Formats: sequence, C-alpha cells, structure tokens
Amino acid sequence: MNSTKNLNTVNFNPMRDVNLVRWFVMPTIILLIAINIFPLLWSLILSFTQYSAKMRTEWGVNPEAIGVGNYLRLLGDPDIWTKFITTGKYVIMSVGGEMVLGFGLALLLQTKFKGRELISTLLVLPMTMSPVIVGLMWKLFMDPNWGMFNYVLGLGRIDWAQNPDINLYSIVIVDIWMWTPFVMLLSMAGLSAVPKSLYEAAEVDRASWWSKFINITLPTCYPLLLIALIFRVMEAFKIFDLPMGFVGRGTSAPPLLATQLYTETFLTWKTSYGAALGYIMLIIIIAITSVLIKYLNQAKQ
Amino acid sequence: MPQIEERKGIGRTVAIVLLVVFTVIYLFPLFYVVNTSFRPWAQIKEYPPKLMFEPSIGSYIRIFTARTGFPPNDQPTQAEVEEMEWYERIVYKGTNEQIVRMGDLPKRYMNSLVIVLLSTGITIILGTLAAYGFSRFKVKGKDDWLFFILSTRMIPPVVVVIPVFLLYRNIGLNDTHIGLILLYTAFNVSFAVWVMKGFLDEIPIEYEEAAMVDGYSRFEAFRKIVLPQAVTGIAATAVFCFIFAWNEYAFAFLLTRNTAQTVPAWLPYQMGVLGYDWGAAAAGSVLFLIPAMVFTILLRKHLVRGISFGAVRK
Repeated sequence: MNSTKNLNTVNFNPMRDVNLVRWFVMPTIILLIAINIFPLLWSLILSFTQYSAKMRTEWGVNPEAIGVGNYLRLLGDPDIWTKFITTGKYVIMSVGGEMVLGFGLALLLQTKFKGRELISTLLVLPMTMSPVIVGLMWKLFMDPNWGMFNYVLGLGRIDWAQNPDINLYSIVIVDIWMWTPFVMLLSMAGLSAVPKSLYEAAEVDRASWWSKFINITLPTCYPLLLIALIFRVMEAFKIFDLPMGFVGRGTSAPPLLATQLYTETFLTWKTSYGAALGYIMLIIIIAITSVLIKYLNQAKQ
Repeated sequence: MPQIEERKGIGRTVAIVLLVVFTVIYLFPLFYVVNTSFRPWAQIKEYPPKLMFEPSIGSYIRIFTARTGFPPNDQPTQAEVEEMEWYERIVYKGTNEQIVRMGDLPKRYMNSLVIVLLSTGITIILGTLAAYGFSRFKVKGKDDWLFFILSTRMIPPVVVVIPVFLLYRNIGLNDTHIGLILLYTAFNVSFAVWVMKGFLDEIPIEYEEAAMVDGYSRFEAFRKIVLPQAVTGIAATAVFCFIFAWNEYAFAFLLTRNTAQTVPAWLPYQMGVLGYDWGAAAAGSVLFLIPAMVFTILLRKHLVRGISFGAVRK
C-alpha cells in the first residue's frame, strides 16, 4: 500500500490532473448551465416584467420592467391562498398515506417465505410507470358510467375525476397507489440494516413487540424514512402530470400550484406572472427541503 | 443479504395472507387496463362491467390505424366483407369503420424511442465522465459542485419550461427531437453523476494506479481498467435514465406538437370520430408500459440505490 502511494507522488503530475479533470467534468457543467441555469435566470428576469409569450419579442427587445408588481399581485390574490392550501393538503394526505402504507408493507415483508421476492417486485411496478398514463388508467378505472371501481365497491355513479368537490381526494388515492412502493423499498432497505443482535438483546429483556418497534426498529429506519419523505414531498409539491392525465385541462381540475402555473402561462399567456408563481414555488420547495435535510443530517450523526 | 426477522406461527401466516390479498387488490387496476385492452368494442362501455368476455385485438388494431366510418349509403356488401383483410374485418365488425391509413402511434412510439435512447446514451457518456472526475480527482469545492448538480434536478419542470419554451422558439427547437434530447439529457445527467459516482467509488483506485505505473495514460486507465468494472453500474444507471425519460410528460406536452411528440404527450389526447376510444387508449397504455416494466424487473437489485440517487447502497 505504502509503495503505491510513493509511486503515486512520483509518477503523477498533479498539475496535469488538474487540467485533465476539466475534460471529465466540464461537459456536464456546461450542459446544466445552458439548459437549467440560464433558463432559470431568464425566468427570474421575466418575473419582474410585464410580458406575454404572445408578444413575439425578438432577441434584445426588452419587455417593460415592473419591479415586484407580479409578486405583489400574486400574494394579494385571495385565490392564491386556496391554491397553496390545496397543494399543502395534497402533499400532507398523499405523502402521509404513502409513508404509513409503505412502511407497513415493508414491516409485513419482514417475513421469510417463498414468493417474498416476487411480491415485492410486483408491488414496485406502479412506481416506474408514467404518471400521466397512470392518471389515464385510473380515469378509466374510476369512470362513473362503466368503470370497475364504483361497481366493485358498490358506490353507484360517483364521478371521481370530474367532480371538483372530490377529485382532489381521488388524485390523492392514485398518488398513494403509485408511490407507496417507493416508501416501501426505502423502508425495506432501512429494516434490513437493523442489527439482529439488538433484537436478540431485547429478547433477553423480554421486551414487547411494541417496545422493540419504538426503541429499535423506528430509530434505525429513521434516516431512510426521512430520505423517502424528502423525495416524496418534493415530488408531490410539484405534481403536474398525474392530475393532467386523470382530470385533464378542464376547469374542474383541482387548484394545485403546478397545474395552475400551466394555466397561467400556457392557456392565458400571462408569461411573466407565471414565472413569478414559478419562483414562489421554487423558494417554497427549497425552504421545505432544506429544513428536512437539516433533520437528516442531525439523524445521521 | 437483507436480514429478515424470523416470524413464526400464526403471525407468519397472517402476514403472508395479508400480503397476498393486498398484492392482488393492489395490482387490480393494472389488470383491469390489460383486460380492457382486449375487450370487444361493444363491451367497453357496458354496465355492469364484465371481466370475462371473448377477447378481441380490435383495440390494438384501432390504436395502430386511422379510420373513417362507411357512408350510410355505401355499406360494404357481404362479399366485400369476405374480401377484407383480417384486420379490416375486425375493425369493421367492431366499429363499422374502414381503415384509411396508418395511425399516429407508430410515429409517436418511434419518437419516444429515438429521443429516449439518444438522450440516455449522451447522459451516460457525460455522467460517467463527470462522475469519474468527481470520484478520482481533487476538485476544488467538490461538494458544492455536486450539490449544484443535484439541485438542478429539484427544479420543477413547469418552472424551467417557460424560458425553455421562449428560448426554443427563438432558436427553432420547439417540437424537434434535438430539443427534447437536450432537455432530457440535462434533466437526467445530475442523476447519472450521483449514482455513477457511487458505483465508481466502490472500484478500488489501486487498479488504475498500477495500470498508470505500467505506462497507461489517465484516459487509457479509465477506458481499459475502470469502465469494464463499472459495466453493471452503467447499465443500471442507463436503465433508470431510460425509465425517467420514457415517462416524462411536462416537457414533451408543452414543447412538442407533432413532429417530435412522444407517447405520454399524445396518448391522453387522441380522439377518434367516435369520441375518446378507451379500448384503444388501454391498448396504447399497455404497449407503452411494457418496456418500463420489463426494465423494472431487470433492475430489481439496484432499485433502492437508483430511487435514492445513490444515497442508499446495499
């Protein structure tokens, strides 16, 4: 080992490596700056102007700057709070359901039996499907006139997709169906990391199942559950494709932030207003995830 | 190997029964779509819905074709029906229509394949190179760069799409294959860097050092020593990138109209003369879901690692 290290310092010119690393890393960085960062900055500038994408401005023609006008209008709009609350409700219900169900399934899958592998693979399938197609599938499944969902549950003709009073909850059900496996997989990874010796020691102390769960299982799985939570909250907050597949573009769509952003920007063409809404969303996502990541770092120590 | 707590006796039986029952219920919507895709036209909107019927591939023929109804005064005669190709007869007996040309599905499916495969290829090349750079070299502010790369993935697509739409309109990339390939590559490369770095970190550095002592250049060592050992990791990462791009909707829906439109952006909105054809939609969904499902099953061992961006390694 020592000899390799010595050779290392003799043979490798560190300056040459510093020059070389650019060739490895730079293409990726350049692509990300061009396709992600540049548009993001452009969007920021747009959000301080009055601009509609229908005004076919060419390069160099600047739309009128109006400062924080878009942001003030947004925050002064009473509807915006409905959108925030709806999105918040959506995130809490769907992610909450997924965490409970996913962790529960992982606990059940802690049983050794033939077919355990098969069942966990089958359960994972919904997660890797396209959300818009999942939405479409469930729209068919829950159709009020001929769908199987109402019929099997004996519910009569409830219009799960188009009735604006309930379709938020229908989307929550579909989201839970789709993403429970995600939490389940991460929970299973967490559970497999619990040292067996801890259970054996608890066995000696005649600890109950519940006390083992609270004192051993949950604390060991906590970091992975947090990782699952972070990913799910981030994704659920910006949900767009699932409601688009399930409800469509109609006015009966629930007022979720991302679908609303789409309406403002691409249907009513209030581009700069949409950009401001996008920035508010981005700030909220960053705020929520940094709080959760702080918890994660604490948990890891 | 994951450690499994040995459950015994009645608890074990209850757990297994619960799991099996749950799995059957859970997969029922999926089964229902496959079931609907084989349903004869007349029974699609039937109530109460039945799960057993004479299966028909009419829906699959309809999703592949564009059709018009026969005019009322020019219905085909018995002899003409006999003369029809088998697929024409199935369509005629189902919806009383004639096939006029190939439908849009093959083109959309090809668009999806071309865009997703090319972007996955580029993503893997860029991502593996960058991951190798971050894994093996001393890079100033490495953690900040890695975090920067990850953070680009957190941006909601609907936020980026506004300026991308304007940018693409100005440089003529709206509704082009290249436009989507660039976006999907940028969207996936952050993922590829993170997951590939994990795989590369696990390959002992001593092999390359020995090779370089033997006179290999850095790039030769990367190509001839590291790459062969990283093949599994590269394959797993590529499959994930494929699935992400294959399923992507927001960019495809907002930036393509026709030429470069992919399946997810098209399938929910194709209306026939007879209204929205649910049988054809179900058939299209099944055909679209198959690749991602096959890949998921192949990926089983690496799933956890992939979905956590390499944060969890078994």
